[in-house]
Amino acid sequence: MKVSLFITCLSDAIYPRVGEAMVRLLARHGIRLEFPEIQTCCGQPAFNSGYWDAARESAATILRAFDDSDFVISPSGSCTGMIHHYPKLFEHDSVLLEKARKLQAKSYEFTQFLVNVLGVADIGATFPHKVTYHPSCHGSRLLGVKDEPMTLLDNVKELELVPLPFAEDCCGFGGTFAVKMADISAAMVSEKADHVKETEAEVLVGLDMACLMNIGGNLRYRNEPVRVMHLAELLAEGAGLL
Amino acid sequence: MSAKAEARTVKARAELALNDDFLRKAVKFTTERLRSGKKNASSEQGNWEDWRERGRQIRLHTIANLDYYLNLFANNARANGVQVHFADTGAEAVQIAMEIAERKRAKTVVKSKSMVSEELHMNSALERMGIETIETDLGEYIIQLAGETPSHIIIPAIHKNRYQIADVLSKVAGEQLEADTTVLAGFVRKKLRENFLEADIGMTGCNFAIAETGSMVLFENEGNARMVTTLPKTQITLMGMERIIPSFEDLEVMATLLPRSATGQRITMYMSAITGPRREADADGPEEMHIIIIDNGRSLQLGDPEFQELLNCIRCGACLNACPVYRHIGGHAYGGTYSGPIGAVLTPALNKNVAEWDDIANASSLCGACYEACPVKIPLHEMLVYLRRRKVEQGHGNKAENAGMKGFGTVMRSAKRYSAAVRMGQLGQKLVVRGGEIRSKLGPLKGWNSVRVLPSLPKQSFRQRFKTLDEEIRAGLQEMSPDVRSRMEEALKRQRDEKPEQGGHGHG
Repeated sequence: MKVSLFITCLSDAIYPRVGEAMVRLLARHGIRLEFPEIQTCCGQPAFNSGYWDAARESAATILRAFDDSDFVISPSGSCTGMIHHYPKLFEHDSVLLEKARKLQAKSYEFTQFLVNVLGVADIGATFPHKVTYHPSCHGSRLLGVKDEPMTLLDNVKELELVPLPFAEDCCGFGGTFAVKMADISAAMVSEKADHVKETEAEVLVGLDMACLMNIGGNLRYRNEPVRVMHLAELLAEGAGLL
Repeated sequence: MSAKAEARTVKARAELALNDDFLRKAVKFTTERLRSGKKNASSEQGNWEDWRERGRQIRLHTIANLDYYLNLFANNARANGVQVHFADTGAEAVQIAMEIAERKRAKTVVKSKSMVSEELHMNSALERMGIETIETDLGEYIIQLAGETPSHIIIPAIHKNRYQIADVLSKVAGEQLEADTTVLAGFVRKKLRENFLEADIGMTGCNFAIAETGSMVLFENEGNARMVTTLPKTQITLMGMERIIPSFEDLEVMATLLPRSATGQRITMYMSAITGPRREADADGPEEMHIIIIDNGRSLQLGDPEFQELLNCIRCGACLNACPVYRHIGGHAYGGTYSGPIGAVLTPALNKNVAEWDDIANASSLCGACYEACPVKIPLHEMLVYLRRRKVEQGHGNKAENAGMKGFGTVMRSAKRYSAAVRMGQLGQKLVVRGGEIRSKLGPLKGWNSVRVLPSLPKQSFRQRFKTLDEEIRAGLQEMSPDVRSRMEEALKRQRDEKPEQGGHGHG
């Protein structure tokens, strides 16, 4: 069975450690994550801004890259969520539409795959820190990834999980929204970071590096000593794999 | 207010709101109360997702057969003695209302809350005729006195705190009223009582129109709509053409969804179903009753697969209360009668105002909180993207963005070009990276770095690192357990059987 990594451009270029964590965690279960190099970006920046031709050019690399994969795993609910828009994006091209539907059916956000497919609830990690979790909007609302990360976090030894107030509120990233509507986005991320601070957590963990880059960027700007990381990194570190 | 009128873009209006601490505090306070109320009420009801789906199905069915149900409603209402009028445009609706007022030689009109009336700017039209027009919903009354427009679909004065409200009402009272909600509401109640008795016409909106009986149904909490519909001799109901539901059975579902979604109430204080003018045996009610059914851009959505569901909206305001953007900028920043996520889509859809689409549609992070809150599951977050796309398709895109996105497509369609771009970034960033991060606020970095620090690109991207990593993994790879293998095989089977719908949900 061919299990492929859809790294997403952000994790590829800025957060390669997230990909490495996923590779090492899955290897523990006998899965060699394969990486098709022709993949680029899911096309979401162009799609969400209304430039669907450009989005199709980018999305086509994803369709091609994972054509013969059995499972496609990404570290982002948002980019996997974008794959769920592919049938709409390619609705006028019967060949690509069929590929898009197939890809959608075999695409998983990382914790979905780990918990729902592999049945792994306990990775055997120990992480003696106070942690809070931000559920990213696309993963939790559009993919329905809600319990999976909680299950994984609950089973990490010595980890103290503190609930994030108003956790389900958007952090204000929104892709080009953060640039186009910078003031509104700034108000949103500041409010989110305030909530993180209220928890007095040492670590903020999540499932989407874009949101974490946003919240983490604001925490860093305010010199708040909160470590920000992807759940895959936390699990891999806690299991001594990173 | 004048500054707001001058601010011509969402961005400029949002900036005014972001600098208004009173507004932000007031909006945040009330939306938080409402959305937590909704959360409690819906979980207390139980099976909320089933209720939503039932509501959605009723609305889908009705809108798909809108011509049939509208006809049925109009015929039944006429049989009940109601005079039914159809208006294609807002101006036509206003004209019809003005003609009725003229015929009745009306001097005073009392109104209960109606967003359609706001959409038509009915008050200013009547006032131009010299007719005194009085809003009787507390919130509407306050903003009418303040000379403003509603900033929320169900809480018109949400942007005002009680001190500001006390100031507005004190001017009418001629004395300084205490900023105490009981005192203020008591003052308004006394004041409005006189108006109800004097008014020639009562004007209302309509929450639902029941096709099978020709009845119109109003949900309210203050009892003012009941006064408006019983005391004046003539009653005019303004109704968007999509307000129809087939039967009273369907009303049960709507009555379950609407108050809970709007205010977190199990039922509103008053729910009135009005089926025609006063009959001989009735103790009260108007002698003459009119219903004006208004199109005003609504029928443009019929047959449009991307926007028809907009007509399913039951105007509960739950999407506003859930929206993190609305919470920070309030309703006036949206610049239309309808605000929040529903307004961001409805305003351009009703107006066919292509050039402004992008502006309003861009004021969203596409987080989907609106969709999740919506009692009839309107995919507003997707519609916002469709609006953006239509603007681009029709050539109203921003020039720099056009070029940028073209470049994005060119780079991203080839992994080689994409990798080259990453390498260029790794080298080029040296100009701005200090201590592993980017704090410069120059040029395009300004928006992001005004409140954030940007991470730098590490020396190696994942794809640059993968080969070595993969060699190491292959060397030490453990055998897959039979349990994991069989689970994966089961999943493969499920995938093959799965027929994903467009925009469907994930592997739950």
